[in-house]
Amino acid sequence: MKVSYYPGCTLKTKAKHLEDSALASMAALGVQIRELPRWNCCGAVHSLADDDLIHHVAPVRDLIRAMDEGSDHLVTLCSMCYNTLARANLIMRDDEVKRKTINDFMTEEHDYHGEVQVNHLIAFLRDTIGWDNLRAKVKVPLGGMKIASYYGCTLVRPKNVAIEPVAGQIMNEFVETLGATPVDFSANTVCCGSYQVLAHPESVADVVGRILQSASDAGAEALILSCPLCEYNLLKNQDKLLRSGQIGRRMPVFYFSQLLAMALGLGPESYRPDLSDAASVEFLKSKNFSVESAAMRG
Amino acid sequence: MAIEISEKTIKHEFIEKINELSGQDIYKCFQCGTCGGACPMSGQMEILPRKIMRMLQLGMAQSISELETGWECASCHSCSVNCPRGIDLARVMEAVRLLILRKNINKIEPSRLPEDVVRELPQIALVAGFRKLTS
Amino acid sequence: MSAPKQVATGDRAILPEGARTIPIFVMGKRYEVPETLTIMKAMEYAGFKFLRGAGCRGGICGACPTVYRKEGDYKLYFGLACQTVVEPNMYLAQIPFYPANRQLYDIEKIEPLADAVHALYPEVFRCVACNNCSKACPMKVEVLDYISAIKQGDLARAAKLSFDCIQCGMCASRCMGELPQYHIAQLVRRLYGKYIQPRAEHLTKRVAEIESGKYDAMLEGLQKMGHAELEKLYKEREREPDMIALGTWMPKDVSHL
Repeated sequence: MKVSYYPGCTLKTKAKHLEDSALASMAALGVQIRELPRWNCCGAVHSLADDDLIHHVAPVRDLIRAMDEGSDHLVTLCSMCYNTLARANLIMRDDEVKRKTINDFMTEEHDYHGEVQVNHLIAFLRDTIGWDNLRAKVKVPLGGMKIASYYGCTLVRPKNVAIEPVAGQIMNEFVETLGATPVDFSANTVCCGSYQVLAHPESVADVVGRILQSASDAGAEALILSCPLCEYNLLKNQDKLLRSGQIGRRMPVFYFSQLLAMALGLGPESYRPDLSDAASVEFLKSKNFSVESAAMRG
Repeated sequence: MAIEISEKTIKHEFIEKINELSGQDIYKCFQCGTCGGACPMSGQMEILPRKIMRMLQLGMAQSISELETGWECASCHSCSVNCPRGIDLARVMEAVRLLILRKNINKIEPSRLPEDVVRELPQIALVAGFRKLTS
Repeated sequence: MSAPKQVATGDRAILPEGARTIPIFVMGKRYEVPETLTIMKAMEYAGFKFLRGAGCRGGICGACPTVYRKEGDYKLYFGLACQTVVEPNMYLAQIPFYPANRQLYDIEKIEPLADAVHALYPEVFRCVACNNCSKACPMKVEVLDYISAIKQGDLARAAKLSFDCIQCGMCASRCMGELPQYHIAQLVRRLYGKYIQPRAEHLTKRVAEIESGKYDAMLEGLQKMGHAELEKLYKEREREPDMIALGTWMPKDVSHL
């Protein structure tokens, strides 16, 4: 099995803590995943119109890059990239007519037929490393942390690319494996409003308030996720929601991989608290994790 | 609101185009309203997706193009996975948007976004927003 | 005195005896032109006069991009008129200017960060990776790759990948996202050159020496010389021998170093 890694644009800038913590963790687990030497933006969203194939070209080009590397798996960390790549992959694998049109358009690339399998790291951890193996490598169990797993949309919808048939299991298993206590909450797959932050930010704030309060009511101390846009929406609105009384307290938000790095005993240079918000940093301090960020950048 | 329904008002070409773009059959909708209940953005929506489906069935092209509902959709597929009739409403909403976007009309103007908004947003927000809301 | 058979207005004004001509179509109209000419010279031969849209004639200024098709072929081809040799039945039009968005900025005030580039050109996120830009580039720049690097925030990579760009604008002319790729890349290269690229230490040292007045007296001396004296000095100057191994030669007079 040869595995390529597709980062996505945001992981190279505003979600560096998602990438750094995941890559350091994979290295600590002895799993080699290599970043594609050449890749473009996946397009972030799947085109939903039957006659609109040009918007599938971006993710397919990335899948071809993975195939050209000789990889049979392409692992992603960002939920949106996962969703876009996985859905384009299904079209190329299953829809003969669309596949031909897309391949014919990309005269400069090799033909592609869905040879590569797209995985999200969380499913990859379960299927390739296994929870028991991972548990054995945990050096700092996250005992006493009550963690709610927020899936959002793109990990679980639509069903043909969902990382599990009914959302709620895999992330909880992950949290449990790291020694923390999983907290179920009803809004775990409610969309954060996504790109509507551009056109309807007030609707986004509204739904984010409901998601955060649902997690808080269920007793969560912190929330984990794997999408930089969810992270942005969930953090950005907390001040306003607190003032308006739509949420009762600040909710720390982490990428799932930050918790993974912490549990594997890696240092703050890997789990990057310097890139987290103040409430999340306070939470880490309260759980006796180092948040020293000096000399981490650079 | 009072709606006049006649052969004159029902735009059949519009209905056909929506079905063709979305790959769905809008006549399957039986108006249960599950879509709106599942929609994360419905809190601020004036006209819920159920009503849009009915207006589509009645071929009300002009009225639909003046509504905000399609532009409030976040393409999260909550409606789609919950629809008891198996309609992928996210695709229908995309078709509604595309009929406008394909006339070279933007919903949001990238050049007029405030500088601090562009600086702060993760790239995927801009990519996704421009794909769904610009021509 | 008999006049030459055919006269062109380009710098190959007089055709060699027996030169063959071929048909080309400029903006839809057929012209017979000598087969060895570049598009630009062929157009001048045909009577076109370039007031603008012909710059260096050396393949580097980007003023004469031309889009053409070959007979019976759907495909569009792109080339610089001053570099591309005409082919029979080529259908062509020049695109001397493309109305791509070009932002104003003060390079002294802008930070060398991806955010700053994104804020000036948010349309970069409308790229759909169709790669029509790279296919249209007469300089074979991988335009999609540098746009991808800019979206990923890697300005250094984008600056290097776009180095061969001559600002002709063909990429923008074919872009379904309506990006001004070449203007974005120029901003990135400016930022790279000014803020990111490591400074050459020897250059900094030499500039300091010049500014300290070390060479003022020498320059004044040269300015006072007459023409003959200057010529003599130039002809008799010490020269590094051709093909000598690097670092093995020093002039006898080192007072100017």
